[in-house]
Amino acid sequence: MAATLPASHYHQDEMPRSDPLGQPPSARRTTPWADTVFSLLAHGAAILTLLLLAGIIVSLVIGAAPAIREYGLSFLWRSEWDPVKDQYGGLVMIYGTLATSAIALLIAVPVSFGIALFLTELSPNWLRRPLGVAIELLAAVPSIVYGMWGLLVFSPVLSEYVQQPLQALFGNTPGLKGLVSGAPVGIGILSAGIILAIMIIPFIAAVMRDVFEVTPAMLKESAYGLGSTTWEVVFKVVLPYTKTGVIGGIMLGLGRALGETMAVTFVIGNANQLNGASLFEAANSITSVLANEFAEASEGLHQASLLYLALVLFFITFVVLAASKLLLAQLKKGEGSRS
Amino acid sequence: MNTVTTTSSSAAPAPSPLQAGRLAKARARRRVNAVALTLSMAAMAFGLFWLIWILVETFRLGLGGLTWSVLTEMTPAPQAEVGGLANALFGSLLIVTLATFVGTPVGVLAGIYLAEYGQKTWLGSVTRFINDILLSAPSIVIGLFIYAVVVARFKTYSGWAGVLALALIVIPVVIRTTENMLSLIPNALREAAYALGTPKWRVISSVTLKAARAGVMTGVLLAFARIAGETAPLLFTALSNQFWSANLAGPMANLPVTIFKFAMSPYENWQKLAWAGVFLITLGVLALNIFARVVFRNKH
Repeated sequence: MAATLPASHYHQDEMPRSDPLGQPPSARRTTPWADTVFSLLAHGAAILTLLLLAGIIVSLVIGAAPAIREYGLSFLWRSEWDPVKDQYGGLVMIYGTLATSAIALLIAVPVSFGIALFLTELSPNWLRRPLGVAIELLAAVPSIVYGMWGLLVFSPVLSEYVQQPLQALFGNTPGLKGLVSGAPVGIGILSAGIILAIMIIPFIAAVMRDVFEVTPAMLKESAYGLGSTTWEVVFKVVLPYTKTGVIGGIMLGLGRALGETMAVTFVIGNANQLNGASLFEAANSITSVLANEFAEASEGLHQASLLYLALVLFFITFVVLAASKLLLAQLKKGEGSRS
Repeated sequence: MNTVTTTSSSAAPAPSPLQAGRLAKARARRRVNAVALTLSMAAMAFGLFWLIWILVETFRLGLGGLTWSVLTEMTPAPQAEVGGLANALFGSLLIVTLATFVGTPVGVLAGIYLAEYGQKTWLGSVTRFINDILLSAPSIVIGLFIYAVVVARFKTYSGWAGVLALALIVIPVVIRTTENMLSLIPNALREAAYALGTPKWRVISSVTLKAARAGVMTGVLLAFARIAGETAPLLFTALSNQFWSANLAGPMANLPVTIFKFAMSPYENWQKLAWAGVFLITLGVLALNIFARVVFRNKH
């Protein structure tokens, strides 16, 4: 080998080579502290992440302290919100947040399940990747785009083709009347819920697809071999096997829906009122009231009450996301022990 | 066992009641299957329908409002003749770029910690758990946090506050991708480097991190795309500014907050500009996402 190569080849290498008889290369000794510094930096960055969470909670609690002292837990079921009289209660916003998220889940869960089923069991191979990417792109679209589209394009359509016919149909039916009362202008809890659903479908569908794919092919093939239809395989084999993962994905979507700001603020109507259970009525969610009022809020009880709401929101999303994370981790663990 | 014998014993030229029942059941199962699969396809179509509707409308209305003056003029007064988004575009670009530069090193280092130092330690699992929660935490709460820590202390809205708020959103995204990419690197590579006497920091910086470069870069690109459209954290940090400003110590114009303000207004020229802005953001974010996918795919 050596004879066929030009002698200069050896010297093209820039790395100094150690001479077996001479000293070891000196480069190693020049930075004995580098390892420690690097390790400290890495540890520091990890601890910074933990401090970040602690900092968020502490700063919210400090900011909300006046409101917590004033109202205590009764803040959660007081419905009055009147900056002029300096009276605050969070019920309307908490209701708005929960109602819009519930509508969003009601729409998004079945649709996401259908999409995941299609992508894992039905789609031809060549279509699987482009469709998966399309759904993931839907997740990447910034929420302000959904919000503006919802306000200027979607809400007129919703008003004319959904709300007005529904009101004509059920406006006098007892029981349903309360749900469809109010001005059918396409703005309110229902439209916010629908926009949220469109936003979280990609998240839930992507998680469901991923967990469906971890089902061992052996299990599915056994079921097919016994004569099961595709639906039976998915519903009776895949779904029970991935149950925790599916619920984790739904919780992840719920966490997103609860904390979403812009998409909701555009279409919810921003009215601090709670007139019955109508879905067409303009309302407010925690995030929308924060976006609209915080920058103008006077320091004092108003600002503290807004921060109290933010604390409530953070607490709810924390619990939901933590539950989601634990469920998904459980699926992973089960997968490890079974395979 | 029992059923099998009864069927065979009662086998007759005409289908017995039992067989007829089974046939009916099989048909019913097949019907349920067909309905379910149709619904699944309908769900897929439903998902794509929204994507296409949103993109088509954004492109149609956005292109309608897009002119050269959008890129060259400042944000106008209501009902003014000319006007653009130049200051907002500049401010957004500056804030988002700085936030990426601030957030990435922290994110990469914490990702390195999770993948190389603390895979199985107590601190590692707690950090991983907290990071996953921060990844989906409401971004408006991050804005409030920076408001309390920076804006309230310095008594002024500022570009720096916006940079910090967005950087806090970059960190969890980068941590997650860095950790995932580093854990894909086979241990043999690390062991080979250690066997040559390489110190740990060199192993990480010139072997594992280098091997995972494409993936980590993808994560950074995706984080950039994510914060480019974030509005909520900027509302009480960078605020907005009607004029051109490169002063990060004061309120700064930025695209998302400007779009929010303009789209909610009743003025036609403002709404038109908001559509143009939304078009630019959507185009940029989608292009970055597709670019990141292509880059990542080519490397693996």
